[in-house]
Amino acid sequence: MKQVNILISGFGGQGVLFTGKVLAYEGLLENREVTWLPSYGPEMRGGTASCSVIISDTPIGSPLVPNPDVLIAMNLPSLDKFEDAVAPGGMIFYDSSLIDREVKRADVKAFGIPATKIAGEEGMATLANMIIMGKMLKETDMFPQEAIEKTIQKVVSAKRQNLIELNKKAISLGYEL
Amino acid sequence: MADKVLMKGNEALAEAAIMAGCRHYFGYPITPQTEVAAYLAKRMPQIGGTFLQAESEVAAINMVIGVASAGKRVMTSSSSPGISLKSEGISYLAGCDLPALIVNVQRGGPGLGGIQPSQSDYFQATRGAGHGDFRMLVLAPASVQEMASLVFKGFDLADKYRMTTMILADGTMGQMMEPVSLDMGEVKAYEKPWAVTGTKGERTHNIVNSLSLLPEELEQWNIRRYEMYKQIEETEAMHEEFMTEDADIVVVAFGVAARVARNAIVAAREKGIKAGMIRPITLWPFPKKVLFEKAKTAKAFISVELNMGQMIEDVELSIRCSRPVYLCSRTGGMIPTPEQVLQSIEKAAKENGGDKE
Repeated sequence: MKQVNILISGFGGQGVLFTGKVLAYEGLLENREVTWLPSYGPEMRGGTASCSVIISDTPIGSPLVPNPDVLIAMNLPSLDKFEDAVAPGGMIFYDSSLIDREVKRADVKAFGIPATKIAGEEGMATLANMIIMGKMLKETDMFPQEAIEKTIQKVVSAKRQNLIELNKKAISLGYEL
Repeated sequence: MADKVLMKGNEALAEAAIMAGCRHYFGYPITPQTEVAAYLAKRMPQIGGTFLQAESEVAAINMVIGVASAGKRVMTSSSSPGISLKSEGISYLAGCDLPALIVNVQRGGPGLGGIQPSQSDYFQATRGAGHGDFRMLVLAPASVQEMASLVFKGFDLADKYRMTTMILADGTMGQMMEPVSLDMGEVKAYEKPWAVTGTKGERTHNIVNSLSLLPEELEQWNIRRYEMYKQIEETEAMHEEFMTEDADIVVVAFGVAARVARNAIVAAREKGIKAGMIRPITLWPFPKKVLFEKAKTAKAFISVELNMGQMIEDVELSIRCSRPVYLCSRTGGMIPTPEQVLQSIEKAAKENGGDKE
């Protein structure tokens, strides 16, 4: 893995920034170079929030991700906005329970995951992000599942330690898809 | 790298200020630097420090003058429009020869402008941060690590020269997270016999003041300061070079622009163009000697900036216009892409015979 450019996008509240933070933290723990850059501004209120994560074996120049190798789209506006930007040969992971269309690009690999639906059924309504991330990690082989599960314990804030097991379960549900 | 943590630039900067011994912070919220204040609001009370959200930027900078007069390390932070409001106080700090650290996490302007990253306060920081004859040390971080280490360095320089240090960052540096080591080393303590800390009846009063109604005297104050500035220009300029040894085309960029340019230089090298970069870390003093020397072998320079072309004037001055200098920029909150910088490099190479091995 020389350098992977990841873009994660969705509504504010879907855990877009958190998902990016988990990936960046795992990169840090593996002694890789990482950058995490959120979109900031009025779009975070009800609109689309996104964050760019780069994980690399060499020093990272620009922290911006104009052409992601991996796009996680948690809602339709995100897919509409970023589908064309994905690098040829890249991968798109999208929440098919919220996005009522297929990926149009033929030169990328697309994975529709009914993450919000599964999360609702499993009683983990806010963890659709971790389900999609689990599926992404499985398909990209970016990080081993055990490593991410350890990292989750460090990224979840002290106040929410009770949610660690639920996060782990959500990730493994993603892996099983 | 076990000692590294993942932090936002604004937070790493705030923690580094604490490690540098800063126990007084006065601010007023503005995007994209609000995390500095939020972080210190949490941390300062834990360590017996003072966090105060002032009623305005003007009030905050005057509180900075007060603490600086007492000889304590003090910081304020804001973003572009807020820095303009502080400019009167910045001039008074210079007139009083007071050390202080001011952070500008820039956003697009002029006026209220936008909230996205910008470098359009370059002129303000390096030329006219307030009225009168004076200079300010200006440090430009290009990573979260430097958001921390340059704050540490900035406090030291401020005390060393009794000057204001400005950290000139941008929204990207403030908002992004990167691994950062907070191992900052020892804080060097400076004697401050000039500080107004009470005479205890044992000495004459210290006076901290910027007023002089005698032009002969005021002239001497200014001349003395400029003699010191000259010495600072000789000794304190900092820069970093990337692939410049044999470079025909030299990109000059700071902050996030330097990060973008780095990608473009790697891409240009892959195409056989000998491109390199000089990244000023201090914007004042500007690393002009390095540029002057490089102009003896380079064929052309490109200034990459997030503004309509401000640092380009320092590039031209530094090399005495001996080589063509191109501008590659976006403004208003937009950031140049590596492709845009690459195109500039290719154009400069083509027009100046640097496109062949």
